[in-house]
Amino acid sequence: MLTGMIAIGGIGLVASILLGIASKVFYVQVDPVVQAVTEALPGANCGACGFAGCSSCAKAIAKGKASPDACLAGGAEAAVAVAQILGVEIEVREPDTARVGCWYPPEEADVRFVYDGVRDCRAAMLLFSGSKLCPIGCMGLGTCVSVCPFDAITIGERGLPEVNKNLCTGCGTCVATCPKAIIQLTSQTRRSQHLYRVDECTAPCQRTCPAGIDIPGYISHIKEGDYRAAITLIKETNPLPLTCGRVCPHPCEEQCRLGRVSDPVNINHLKRFAADYEMGSGVRITPYVAPHTGKKVAIIGGGPAGLTCAYFLARYGHAPTIFEAMPQLGGMLRYGIPEYRLPKAILDWEIEGIIGMGVEVKTGVSLGADLTIGSLQEEGFDAVFLGTGAWDSRGLGVAGEELEGVLPGTRFLIDRGLGKETPVGEKVAIIGGGNTALDAARTCWRLGAKEVTVIYRRSRKEMPANDIEIEEAEKEGVIFHYLAAPTKLMGENGRLTQLEYIVMELGEPDESGRRRPVPKPGTETVIPVDNVIAAIGQFPVTGFLKDNGVALSRWNTIEVVDEKTGATNLEGVFAGGDAVSGASIAVEAIGAGRRAARSINLYLRGEEVSVPDEAIGKDTDLLDPEEIVRVPESARARMPELTVDDRRLSFKEVELGLTEEMARGEAERCLRCGLLCYRREGR
Amino acid sequence: MGEFLLLMVSAILVNNILLLRFLGNCPFLGVSRKMDTATGMGLAVIFVMTLAGMITWLVYRYLLVPLSLEYLRTIAFILVIATLVQFVEMVIQKAAPPLYEALGIYLPLITTNCAVLGVAIINVDERYDLITAIFFSFASACGFALALVLMAGLRERFALVAIPKAFEGTAIGLVTAGLIALAFSGFAGLV
Repeated sequence: MLTGMIAIGGIGLVASILLGIASKVFYVQVDPVVQAVTEALPGANCGACGFAGCSSCAKAIAKGKASPDACLAGGAEAAVAVAQILGVEIEVREPDTARVGCWYPPEEADVRFVYDGVRDCRAAMLLFSGSKLCPIGCMGLGTCVSVCPFDAITIGERGLPEVNKNLCTGCGTCVATCPKAIIQLTSQTRRSQHLYRVDECTAPCQRTCPAGIDIPGYISHIKEGDYRAAITLIKETNPLPLTCGRVCPHPCEEQCRLGRVSDPVNINHLKRFAADYEMGSGVRITPYVAPHTGKKVAIIGGGPAGLTCAYFLARYGHAPTIFEAMPQLGGMLRYGIPEYRLPKAILDWEIEGIIGMGVEVKTGVSLGADLTIGSLQEEGFDAVFLGTGAWDSRGLGVAGEELEGVLPGTRFLIDRGLGKETPVGEKVAIIGGGNTALDAARTCWRLGAKEVTVIYRRSRKEMPANDIEIEEAEKEGVIFHYLAAPTKLMGENGRLTQLEYIVMELGEPDESGRRRPVPKPGTETVIPVDNVIAAIGQFPVTGFLKDNGVALSRWNTIEVVDEKTGATNLEGVFAGGDAVSGASIAVEAIGAGRRAARSINLYLRGEEVSVPDEAIGKDTDLLDPEEIVRVPESARARMPELTVDDRRLSFKEVELGLTEEMARGEAERCLRCGLLCYRREGR
Repeated sequence: MGEFLLLMVSAILVNNILLLRFLGNCPFLGVSRKMDTATGMGLAVIFVMTLAGMITWLVYRYLLVPLSLEYLRTIAFILVIATLVQFVEMVIQKAAPPLYEALGIYLPLITTNCAVLGVAIINVDERYDLITAIFFSFASACGFALALVLMAGLRERFALVAIPKAFEGTAIGLVTAGLIALAFSGFAGLV
């Protein structure tokens, strides 16, 4: 008996000594913070936080990758304990909720298989690789319902999962389970950083929009009469809806499927309607702003790219400061777009809202003259965004350009934007076919010019200006000389009096795909002019960028490593907008500003600045139905306008905005498209 | 060599520790829902069981037998196995962090696994020599892993079939386990 006790005791003693020694010898340094956090967590290993067990959750919290209240099982108690360990206070966290990204259940989409007996989406996916022709849509078997630990998901009346936001904790179990990735964890902040992926159901308009606005989403809010929800959704990706709703050439509408059977949905004017509603209500939508991170970001240029970037960085909790060379913010929106298209008061209201998010502004300061990227970094800015735009213009390259009365198009509009007097004579010729040319032409007409002629070297079909601008200019009596190019400017006593142009013919297509105009000899014509405005392109000013060591492309724009991240060759320096893409439309700059804000946020959090491989790029091919069937024709809401008589000598806004009734009616027309599905008649 | 082959077939198929000796049923039902956890657990068991078989044999032969304390083998083995698992966990955490990440969460589960204890006791009862004991432990563990993986494969397929409400979950799991056991008993007489 005694030997037995001694023996077992001995084994125990040896074992404990051995373990004791081992724990010293094989001691693995565990971060004391991680240790403390691990102990504060309940240790249930439930996985509701989205991490593999409590210890990995603790690691993530200690590293700052998860919030102190990440543990759902521990609830408020654990969160407070963890926050104490980390020395932070719990602020209100923007909750994540699951959102279903499919609008058409199997019954309404093109069903390919019927699963006899299969009751699990994942199994059906493995066996049949999908329930529908669409490779992404919901399979409707409800596996998400069965896995949700909080019973927050039900299959709704239409056969699609519905998430009860009050019960959803954002644990992500359904996201991990759904084999189609149609359920996503989401919040305003996450959505604002989201890049559309190929394995995601998106409508053609939405993925065409350079800003990536959830167009079908906001249109359906308008349809339901929830205009504030619509504008909140728009502002998740575009902080300038008042402006965009007025000036955007809406590439989205080109892709609208309704456009294949009748006129496309008036997407842009619906956006303007929602934005006007917000301004008219006088109550600004204030999105969630993350707790301050204490990181400072310098934004060079207060145009659409810079404003957008600043807006999103402020939302992510960083402290952006905009450095603007001009006296006021807005960039080309203020100095390039005339009052009658975008009233300054409206632009001011929009910019005020962005500044109100916590953006600091320094005007009259320019990179190169007053600061350098180096000096900004020394001042403690953790990252820099370059959104310097395209402010340079080019001469015509013909004799007589030095004559008084010859004006560069951008300069002319910038001077107007600055409030300077820009008198023009009775006869004005505008050279060029872009929106700047038409802005200049319509401005001259409003300033009292009797005869405004636009001279463009290709035909109307090739004209880059928006159709609506051309139509309006025609209504206002602007004369168009297509297939004509100036050859000589002539004057008396140094003052411009005449312009000679030559007729052109369209030859072989050039590298831009447009047919190259070739002059027809002997067709020179002389017309009398008082002013000539050259609007033949805008280009980034890049000298000061080169001085700062920013790499430039062969088109003399900023060279970015990846267009989707906006990262430049310099560490912590990002760029976007016209300075990168060359002169383009505002919504492109807004998209670039948002993508750069996403990258800067990743960079400041010490994460890898990259985009997912599945992110949709400009050239990504996606599924599309071959033909649109069972969709009736319908009439598009026409924007009410000022009469031509009311526009003369006035800079009042021409477009008056859709009425509520018109907007609701227009929203009804939307087909609510997905990848392959759309609303059809007669189901 | 032939003897080892027979021992192997016997341990894996004919006398499968899980299906015919009914040891270690807790992890058999607990971690067989997913294939990757099942393989993780299977590997951890192979690792620990082989080591435990060796150590317990040494403890028995050179400690308990000389002191005529054979009747204390159960408690002694439990102590030894528990210590061993803890020790191994510490060593691999230090020496091979990736291995620790892979096996880590399963190791503590084995501390109190009766299959490990069972193999240690069988080794002694059958009076195997050291090499045979190690080999038998390893083969038994392989049998354990095989049964676990088979079960996980079957259970993953349950998703495909319509199971009557009353049979859902553990019920169908137990029925299946029983049927596999029955099938394995068909190997009886092979050795």
